[in-house]
Amino acid sequence: MVESGLLSVSMEPTAHTNPSANRRRTRPRPVAAALLSLCLLAGCAGDSPSALNPGGTGATRISGLWWLLFWIAVAVFVEVMALMTWALVFRRGSVRVRHSQPMRFVAVAGAGLPFIILVTVYGFGLRDLAALGKSPGRDAPTIEVIGHRWWWEVRYQGASGATANELHIPVGERVRVRLRTDDVLHSFWVPQLMPKMDLIAGEERQTWLEAQRAGSYRGQCAEYCGTQHAHMAFMVVAESRADFDAWVARLDAPARAPQTDAERRGQQAFVQGTCAACHSIRGTGAQGKVGPDLSNVGSRWSIGAGAVPNDPGHLGGWIANSQTVKPGNYMPPQPVNADQLPDLIAYLRSLK
Amino acid sequence: MSTTTTKPPGASQEDLSRLEEHWGEPPSLRAWFSTVDHKKIGRRYIVTAGLFFVFAGISALLMRTQLATPESGILSPQEYNQLFTMHGTSMIFLFATPMFFGLGNFLVPLMIGSRDMAFPRLNAFGYWVFLFAGLFMWVSVPFGEAPNAGWFNYAPLTNLTFEPGLAIDVYNLGLLFLGISTTAGAINFIVTALKLRAPGMSLNRVPLFVWAIVATSFMVVFALPALNLDNLLLFLDRRFDTHFFDPSAGGNVLLWQHLFWIFGHPDVYIIVMPGLGIVSSVLPAFARRGVVAYPLVVLAIVSISILSFGVWVHHMFATGLPQLSYSFFSAASTIITIPSGIQFFAWLATMALGRLVIKVPLLFLIGFLFTFLIGGLTGAMFAVTAFDQQVTDSYFVVAHFHYVLLGGAVFPMLAGLYYWLPKVTGRMYHEGLGRWAFWLVLAGMQLTFFPMHLYGLFGMPRRVYTYRGDLGWDVGNLIATVGAYVLAAGLLLVLIGVVHAIRRGRPAPSDPWGGDTLEWTTTSPPESYNFPVLPQVHSLHPTWDERTAESIGAGATQDRILSEGRRTLFTSELDARYERAVEMAESTLIPFVLACWLLLFFISMLFSWWLVAGFAAVAVVVTMGVWLWPSRRPAEKTG
Amino acid sequence: MTDRGGIVAAATGAEALSTEEPVGRSTGWWGMVLFVATESTFFACLLGSYYYLRFQVGPQWPPDGIGNPELTRPLVMTGLLLFSSVPLFWGVRGIRYGRRWRLRAGLVATMVLVVTFLTVQGTEYVDDLKILTPTTDVYGSLYYLITGFHSLHVLGGLAFVAWLFAASLVNSFDPQHYDRVRNAGIFWVFLDVVWVAVLFTIYLSPRL
Repeated sequence: MVESGLLSVSMEPTAHTNPSANRRRTRPRPVAAALLSLCLLAGCAGDSPSALNPGGTGATRISGLWWLLFWIAVAVFVEVMALMTWALVFRRGSVRVRHSQPMRFVAVAGAGLPFIILVTVYGFGLRDLAALGKSPGRDAPTIEVIGHRWWWEVRYQGASGATANELHIPVGERVRVRLRTDDVLHSFWVPQLMPKMDLIAGEERQTWLEAQRAGSYRGQCAEYCGTQHAHMAFMVVAESRADFDAWVARLDAPARAPQTDAERRGQQAFVQGTCAACHSIRGTGAQGKVGPDLSNVGSRWSIGAGAVPNDPGHLGGWIANSQTVKPGNYMPPQPVNADQLPDLIAYLRSLK
Repeated sequence: MSTTTTKPPGASQEDLSRLEEHWGEPPSLRAWFSTVDHKKIGRRYIVTAGLFFVFAGISALLMRTQLATPESGILSPQEYNQLFTMHGTSMIFLFATPMFFGLGNFLVPLMIGSRDMAFPRLNAFGYWVFLFAGLFMWVSVPFGEAPNAGWFNYAPLTNLTFEPGLAIDVYNLGLLFLGISTTAGAINFIVTALKLRAPGMSLNRVPLFVWAIVATSFMVVFALPALNLDNLLLFLDRRFDTHFFDPSAGGNVLLWQHLFWIFGHPDVYIIVMPGLGIVSSVLPAFARRGVVAYPLVVLAIVSISILSFGVWVHHMFATGLPQLSYSFFSAASTIITIPSGIQFFAWLATMALGRLVIKVPLLFLIGFLFTFLIGGLTGAMFAVTAFDQQVTDSYFVVAHFHYVLLGGAVFPMLAGLYYWLPKVTGRMYHEGLGRWAFWLVLAGMQLTFFPMHLYGLFGMPRRVYTYRGDLGWDVGNLIATVGAYVLAAGLLLVLIGVVHAIRRGRPAPSDPWGGDTLEWTTTSPPESYNFPVLPQVHSLHPTWDERTAESIGAGATQDRILSEGRRTLFTSELDARYERAVEMAESTLIPFVLACWLLLFFISMLFSWWLVAGFAAVAVVVTMGVWLWPSRRPAEKTG
Repeated sequence: MTDRGGIVAAATGAEALSTEEPVGRSTGWWGMVLFVATESTFFACLLGSYYYLRFQVGPQWPPDGIGNPELTRPLVMTGLLLFSSVPLFWGVRGIRYGRRWRLRAGLVATMVLVVTFLTVQGTEYVDDLKILTPTTDVYGSLYYLITGFHSLHVLGGLAFVAWLFAASLVNSFDPQHYDRVRNAGIFWVFLDVVWVAVLFTIYLSPRL
């Protein structure tokens, strides 16, 4: 609804710029504008990782800040446009006019009032900056996130294993996130939980996450990092403390052992084939360090850091030739036999 | 309306023919390459910058087409990344600044009542370098080696490890090459405005557009070195294995960002400031009065150009620098909005206290006020660090700076285009076509960029070549794409209007609008010598001033006609007191030759042909020696 | 406005402060000053980058194994470069009074001193390259870029002066036309000031 206010004002000058038209005619009702903005706000915000639909303390603070800034902006906008519209309606003519110089009006309206508003806003901004800058307590859970082109390596304090593109955090607790990058700059951004923090080559950065309600929050790399910057998403899952502890424990244990023949053949193909050169699966001979750890790949929310959904069809396509799915990524097409592929899929799907 | 044109000309027929003999250039192929006429150079700048605008605009349309629907496959990520990089780089470096430099080239000497720029040959040289540098960068596109790391080209993505080809070198060398042109142009503007003003045009009577161009030029002089250094360091890292941006050997990747934004933030104002100057110069003609609070507006221009050097870290609010520095730079970024506020209210007061004549240029000014206001309001939001950290590098920031740049640069540019078209071409444009163009541009602009605010807040990062359909970003993106085509149609209509005016427009009088600055006292288009009589200025609005009309009519004196050579006047820097008449440079091929040597130098640097590069460098030095060789003075003339 | 009388008011009143005495600076003078301004900004950014990187690297500077740079030769070079301004300015003053031989002599003396400066710089590089190259680490990169870039400007200055000398041989300059000579003087002040900043940054500041 708020955007409709903004847009309707924008329509006003249009009524008065045609000199031949009746000057005092009624203004067109900005129905279209209102409908448009309603659609944009209501229809689209639903499933978005929207900063205006926060799920964590950091983002909530900023969404409060946004609405303050927004309403100030609307007020200033309306005031200025009203003045301009008034001039357009009532100050027509072609005679040159006397040069009065209302310096005081310009100084007060252009400098004085903005100064007061800006100082106020600056104060609120500082308050929120300080609040966001407070680091979590010493024994807060710590997650290490390492940016790679184009995926996220995730490690937990107290767990030997690693996972990729998925962070689990306990609801209502502040979790420390240490950020490093293996290559170029990236930026860690979960709009519904916390604003951005860049990953700087050669340095370590730190931020924190705190979810107020359970759920999944999508995050995405926000610093351009090359060809597949578009597909470098991750998911933050906020869950109960018990679920979180179980998750960390699983990351410390070997991967689920194959149960069926197909899975066993798949494991063999994985460990003895080219897969193991780059990927590792805990408890098996596959200890490659180039690509993501796949010990729990079956349970992940997506394949290719948000490129495609995690289902058998996409998984098979990814293994055969990921370049068609995420062109430019570092995984070359795999020479997998047609009979091996179902086994591999079965095995990888079983790793939960 | 002004009545200055009814006065009889002050210069005799004999003076006029002598002036034409010294300044005129019969058209020939040689003259085309050797001209130093600021009006021709200005027109060329405008046309060339327009050409790069078309290239960059087509890139944008391709990108918008790709983004119209989720997971579309029209462009590969590699193509998309080159396009968005070339779009940004060209719009910033090859379109906005050169376009204003072109307008400035055409207008500054006319506005200050001079016959040329201070350094006419340097002016020609600047144009050729700009043309060659722009082509140098764009030729990389058909070879698939166009820069692809974004217009701010962050290290270490641009290190040799991650970008082994020539693409980044094209960026480094192209911008270094172009920097020569921009610096030369800026110095030329400053010196021209300091020394070549008409007698009596003291600093408090200088038109606001000239103030804006001079302030812009000062920013160029002090900001561009940071960008040049950045590009030099990166080039050395890539070609000579130095370690400036290599953390494993003590280098630091944030150094790139600091240097880049020390240039980059002033550059925002380098782009917008001339636009604001155009607003202040066009408005008086259509509000039928001078801009309110001239001293405050000048003060605002000067303070913006100083403050703009103290806010660069707000582009780095998400890099995790110390909070103390954030609170400082947040405060500075907050304060810098105030001078813009002053200008804004000065224009509003001018409108409110004037008598408005609604013609196409004024429509574009209204479009400017509307658009730039939104961009300014979101800009003030970015000064708030915490909020910035949330929306930076999202589509919200894309929306913001397009409102600022289209609002603050393109709308004034179009207002200026319609306003000065009669002066430049001697033809009037078609009012109806102009109005259609305005409404399409305005609607297209809002339709394209307003939704970006929303889907930026909804979490869509910038610089992604595609996105998934289940994230709620699809409707906004589709609207933006439709808007982009509407905007393109509007701009096409502008172009059609210009062509129509040149081909079919009715002849323009000297002063079709009743403008207040000196360019309206001379013919449309101006003669090669600009003014038959250099005017004497008595007030801020010389064309509205009877005394100025008198000075070029009945009151004309030989010391302001100066017909016995290719001459114009030097006046003092502050009060513009008459100092002396000076001989101006004749047309010459040397600037073109020097630019060619430089082109050879940069091409050979690109391909590591070190011997050729060395040869070209020597040729550059020798050519400069020939260029600046003083004319021989026989001993008897001494004393 | 106050109506206080007296000398102070006469000298500082609006009228006195707002009235300009034209000094007749040429466009060439302004052009050179602005060129030097933008070049100085470049060096300021370069030296700023040095300090930025130095303090990012940490307390050990120059990094391991590389001692502080030698100081004798840079001090000699400082003397040479600063002293080279003397004959140049002497020559510039000479041409103001129409003494062409004085201009020529001054230019030659300046060239001799500058060539000596560059030679000493060259011998220093020969010794330095045994322990440090531009590719060793960021310190090496900075060291050679900063000193080398300054030397490049000195070389440019040398070419400038040699060119002026050649022009002076065909009587190009006289008291009314010596803008180019005066601009060499401006450029020399720039070279001197930048060198002092380089001396402090590269050779002295690591010892602090």
